[in-house]
Amino acid sequence: MYGNSVFSPASPQAQAITHLSLVVGIVMLAILVLITFLVLYAVVRFRHRPGAPEPRQVFGNSRLEKTWTIGALVIVTFLFALTIRTMHHSDRTPSPGEKPNLIVIAHQWWWEVRYPQSGVVTANEIHIPVDKAWLVQLETADVIHDWWVPDLGRKIDAIPGHPNHFWLQADKPGTYSGSCAEYCGAGHAWMRIRVIAQPEAEFEAWEQRQLAIPAQPAAGDAQQGRELFGKLTCINCHSVAGTPAKGDIGPDLTHVASRETLAAGRLKDTPENLGEWISNPQAYKPGAHMPNFNFTPTQVHNLVAYLETLK
Amino acid sequence: MSDIPFPGAGEALPLTGPQEKSAGLLGWVSSVDHKKIGIMYLMAGLVFFGVGGIEALLMRIQLAVPMNSFLSPQTFDQIFTMHGTTMIFLVAMPVLTGLANYLVPLMIGASDVAFPRLNALGLWLLISGGLLLYFSFVAGGAPAAGWFNYAPLSEKAYSTTNGVDYYSLGLLITGIGSVTAGINLIVTIIKYRAPGLSIRRLPLFIWMVLITQFLIILALPALNASLVMLLIDRRLNAHFFEAVSGGSALLWQHYFWAFGHPEVYIVILPAFGIISEVIPVFSRKPIYGYEYVAGSTVAIGVLSFLVWAHHMFAVGLGHSIDSMFAISSLLIAVPTGVKIFNWIATMWNGSIRFKTPMLFATAFLVVFTIGGLSGVSLAIFPIDWQVTDTYYLVAHLHYVLFGGTIFGVFAGLYYWFPKMSGRMLSERLGKWHFWTTLIGFNMTFFVMHFLGLMGMPRRVYTYPNLPGWGAMNMISTIGAVIMGLSSLIFIWNVVVSNHSGELAGDNPWEAWSLEWATTSPPPEHNFDRIPPIRSRRPLWDLAHPENPDWKNGR
Repeated sequence: MYGNSVFSPASPQAQAITHLSLVVGIVMLAILVLITFLVLYAVVRFRHRPGAPEPRQVFGNSRLEKTWTIGALVIVTFLFALTIRTMHHSDRTPSPGEKPNLIVIAHQWWWEVRYPQSGVVTANEIHIPVDKAWLVQLETADVIHDWWVPDLGRKIDAIPGHPNHFWLQADKPGTYSGSCAEYCGAGHAWMRIRVIAQPEAEFEAWEQRQLAIPAQPAAGDAQQGRELFGKLTCINCHSVAGTPAKGDIGPDLTHVASRETLAAGRLKDTPENLGEWISNPQAYKPGAHMPNFNFTPTQVHNLVAYLETLK
Repeated sequence: MSDIPFPGAGEALPLTGPQEKSAGLLGWVSSVDHKKIGIMYLMAGLVFFGVGGIEALLMRIQLAVPMNSFLSPQTFDQIFTMHGTTMIFLVAMPVLTGLANYLVPLMIGASDVAFPRLNALGLWLLISGGLLLYFSFVAGGAPAAGWFNYAPLSEKAYSTTNGVDYYSLGLLITGIGSVTAGINLIVTIIKYRAPGLSIRRLPLFIWMVLITQFLIILALPALNASLVMLLIDRRLNAHFFEAVSGGSALLWQHYFWAFGHPEVYIVILPAFGIISEVIPVFSRKPIYGYEYVAGSTVAIGVLSFLVWAHHMFAVGLGHSIDSMFAISSLLIAVPTGVKIFNWIATMWNGSIRFKTPMLFATAFLVVFTIGGLSGVSLAIFPIDWQVTDTYYLVAHLHYVLFGGTIFGVFAGLYYWFPKMSGRMLSERLGKWHFWTTLIGFNMTFFVMHFLGLMGMPRRVYTYPNLPGWGAMNMISTIGAVIMGLSSLIFIWNVVVSNHSGELAGDNPWEAWSLEWATTSPPPEHNFDRIPPIRSRRPLWDLAHPENPDWKNGR
């Protein structure tokens, strides 16, 4: 089956739900087949034949009514028991005082990602060590959003004033895709998630690189771009560690060039795409809170040169 | 039926409603006759069905291929919001209210509803509310926060046009209209039944309409109150639903779904009622397990108020609350399943005539079951945690609301059109309409189950080209086009048959309830005479004096 699906679970939590879905799917299919068979049998067998008299008038049978009522009750009781078992496997309630490993803050229309232990701040792409169950605290900066990575388990809403918690875990290294699943405005379609599970050592190396403050370019287009970045309105919304840019409206750009995608999954992160995006964000993500600034091609070129140094 | 003398017929009924004076268009607009009002409800519903259908087609065109740019997200968001709002409030509710309006007095042997002028008020409130909602398109933009309009997206900070205000005012007005219709129908059914028509002899359609009206008058106020609160938030800077200033975004969800889940039953129970009339008549047998079909409706009605938070399993309410609502939601499957088995048992050993109403009713049994079963899977909340707010849910709700409500309504319209117009709908066009609807419907919505399971969230204006998504969306769009064509066949059928269809006579289906004991269309006062009512099927008793139901203790 395809990745990015309920049928390709890659964590114990998702596995529990997939298992339940298959059992329930089989029960549902059996009921559907039974009812379809009964209906089709009636359609074929009890069709009116010309000249046939009115059939015998039957008003019901209490014993039969009780049989199917009890039968249905037995089935839903069985399903409820399975539900309770899976609930614990797929969504353990954190003990009081358990500290989150990760804080994800949903914004219109991107994800802010904070690692409280190490202090790493990034966006949209979430690196985790493989095989570890991480407790994630989910918040929102504006409206209701919803975290959903089908391969890794349950979806859960980000609700204003109501932080939620869930477990994030991946069995195998790899990239797992997901998206916001609660309609949140014009950019809802482009609020995608990438979870990148890495072996422990690789993850730690990544974390170290993210903590490093990128060197400030001293000459050339990149240096010009750095000046523009400070002079134009960029820093009102964006942060770059080690610079005066401390905005918290848009994604942190400290290591933007190390990411795989731009604008929450809208574009591949290449210098060309970055230039396109800066030139006219509204063309790629209509409604995005970053307006079209009407930069000149030279300004765009220099800004891209600068941002590409932020690895 | 006028040619059959009624042995011991009761006296002509006293006229309760005011007499109609005007003719022509003014006669319709000024009418307080429940039949004309019922037909106007149906016409309004049909017009809005066309509008909502066009909105659906626009969405399906946009989603036919990945990365499409036919509609901007801002337009798409307005259109899906208006599609949902229209289909629930301006199609499903008015069409069912229209059928109830037309049929309740006829089926209980009354000359009109209890409060004819209130009845007209309800209709015109509905039409005004609908027009006000649509006026938003030319007043700065339609609402774009989804039909359930979650806060804080619907608050002024995030929905800056006046669309949400029009949504709130429009629904408030139609909502008040619905409550007036609900009170009216309850009083009519309780107080105006013909002599002999005890509650235990009521046709099942009337039973289901009665339960539905109780749901309406209990559930709509929750919506109306929350709409007023939202308006106060938006217009007077209150903060009922704004967490940043001390309100609660979840409060909106609790209020909305406290209305919204009973609403699902408000639009499905009357369809159950239609099916419970059509299947017996075309199987030539009485409904199997009358008491169980009626009783299970009462059970659904009560349970429907206890399940609202199953719309909120992803909210993070905690395991205990999720479990409680899973229990109540799973329990609803029991009375619903009982109904399905009773309908099949009614067909069993029958002599089934597959006229168009019966085709829709038979298909209903299977397609509604699919929607019911996916509903059970959504009540199992770990599954819901994966598939809610995805295309799986879109598939589920359309199997219930189209496969259930609309298939039921089509069965009812083919069944009662002859009574309303005096002419039969064309069987040939009816069969075309049925098969294109069945094929188009399943093509459009069945693949959506898989799209949801494969990770496609709902309400996205476009999507990346992930494996399988493009092909399945294309199948869905082709299905939607077929459904569009099928609706044109239906409209053509209504127009042509109303003009030159075969004359129906009083009782073309040889049915057994009272509406078939008068002329088609009925006179303004409905009945000159009412046959004696000694069982649930007075016209069966008349036609079969050798074997009347009342001799069998029914």
